[in-house]
Amino acid sequence: MSSQVPSQDAPAIVLDSDSSPHTPAIVLGIETSCDETAAAVVSGPSDVLSSVISSQVDLHARYGGVVPEIASRAHVELLTPVVAQAVIEAGLGDHEIEAVAATSGPGLIGSLLVGVSAAKSLALVWDVPFVAVNHLEAHLYSSFLEEPDLDLPVVVLLVSGGHTLLVLMEAFGRYRLIGQTLDDAAGEAFDKVARFMDLGYPGGPVIDRLAMDGNPEAVAFPRPMYDDGYDFSFSGLKTAVVNHVRNHPDLVVADIAASFQEAVVDVLVHKARKAAKEYGAKGLCLAGGVAANSSLRERLLDACVADGISGFLPSRSMCTDNAAMVAAAGWQRLHLDGPSPLDTGADPNLPLPFLLSGEPAA
Amino acid sequence: MLILGIESATQQVGCALGGHEGVLASAHSARGRRHAETIAPQIQFVTRQARVELRDVGCVAVDLGPGLYTGLRVGISSAMAMAYALGVPMIGVPSLDLLAFAVRHTNRVIVAAIDARRSELFYAFYRQVPGGIQRVSDACVGTPDDLASELLATSEEVLLVGDGARRYAEVFDRLQKTEIAEQDLAHPSAASLVQLAHARALREDFVKPWELKPIYLRVPDADINWKTR
Ligand SMILES: [Zn+2]
Repeated sequence: MSSQVPSQDAPAIVLDSDSSPHTPAIVLGIETSCDETAAAVVSGPSDVLSSVISSQVDLHARYGGVVPEIASRAHVELLTPVVAQAVIEAGLGDHEIEAVAATSGPGLIGSLLVGVSAAKSLALVWDVPFVAVNHLEAHLYSSFLEEPDLDLPVVVLLVSGGHTLLVLMEAFGRYRLIGQTLDDAAGEAFDKVARFMDLGYPGGPVIDRLAMDGNPEAVAFPRPMYDDGYDFSFSGLKTAVVNHVRNHPDLVVADIAASFQEAVVDVLVHKARKAAKEYGAKGLCLAGGVAANSSLRERLLDACVADGISGFLPSRSMCTDNAAMVAAAGWQRLHLDGPSPLDTGADPNLPLPFLLSGEPAA
Repeated sequence: MLILGIESATQQVGCALGGHEGVLASAHSARGRRHAETIAPQIQFVTRQARVELRDVGCVAVDLGPGLYTGLRVGISSAMAMAYALGVPMIGVPSLDLLAFAVRHTNRVIVAAIDARRSELFYAFYRQVPGGIQRVSDACVGTPDDLASELLATSEEVLLVGDGARRYAEVFDRLQKTEIAEQDLAHPSAASLVQLAHARALREDFVKPWELKPIYLRVPDADINWKTR
């Protein structure tokens, strides 16, 4: 038998299917960046098998805001049971988890470190990759968990107690920063106004509820930077509300709540809509805790219908901090860049890795 | 039983593995409070050095504090997750016990004192007993002057140990019959943790991961951080 010379166009290496690298699909996500202790198991980019959230909101309510030391202590106590519950509810054995993702920033440093440390231990014991996830990037993925076929590019309005960002999502892992707040975050303005008026904590849901019985045109609060680019500023609006309340002790609380909320929503919707037009986005998505606001949801959807683009509003539980979005972002990051090193720490000011800011794509 | 010890209550971070044969491997690092970055690679390192597999670990021991809150929590949450994933029980040991244990071969009164920041110390009094040490006061938080006046009130000779004792050495150097232990004993060690935990493991003195309670000794400051949510 003559020796066979491989023909030139035969592949140099043939991998049999068993030796091709396995792509981890089942990701455990951990979220401890602020006041929610959360764990979730997600299969692939969008199939949520379990999502467990233990909210500490009651622990912080009497202070009118999140107290970092109280949050960190609670995360230590709650995280292990929350992780155990997420694994059980996913209907999996822990040996079936193929990667562990945790939020490594931005957020409260003491809280972030609890989740990152626990995640690295789990990855070590289960001998699976660890993935550090950017909390803001995780929020951007929340829409895709409920609507995997969303057409890109989309403009995402990310509004929470810590962040107000307008982001153009061109592809998974490719973002363009369009605008952001120059001072207070939108949710922070809600919390501060609620605290000043003694309405309770968190401010967003309280003001949302009160506003339903109020007249949004009762007080013409300023619309800061309305026609001025894509950045936001809410600190002056908050001050305007405080001054108005001081000067009008006989006010109707519901009217103030409705008028304040109307001013915030007006600015947010106007800029998001303008950005979607200018950047040729196929849709608009909401993300972050303030995305649970009823008026914002209604007005944004109306705008999308009027402009003939798709609008996507994640369910309320997907808007607020959760670990399913962390696991989903972890899956994406793992496939884009691979695992994170085990000496990864946490960064309270971790920025979202933006492609470019400013100019629309040509 | 193979015990993994994780210790991060001060600016030092340490991991050790050991059991009835004593400490098989340990690593300590004291450079600049990088607890979260250090612990997982350190665990990998000691398991390789001890030539064991993580799944052979039968118990996870951890320093419960008191100490620097953030460092402490990094160690405790790493240890809890580790024990949960391994399906093994835990043993928590106070940081001050670890400091005192390291200087147990003395007839003097032992006072362990950890730097609590804000010009205060976490401290407790100990005595040597057969086979180890016994805490003879509750752990508390106080100023160096508070501790100095307690020391003045005892007529006995005292050995002070810990980074808190060394930081405020000028307060204690004035006292007679009081000596401060040297710098290389100033931080709790993961090796001591494994030794102390081994004695308790023999008595099956275990807790479940979610039953572990860190020792803070202070109520939290209620400052709100607006910029982060
Ligand atoms: Zn968030």
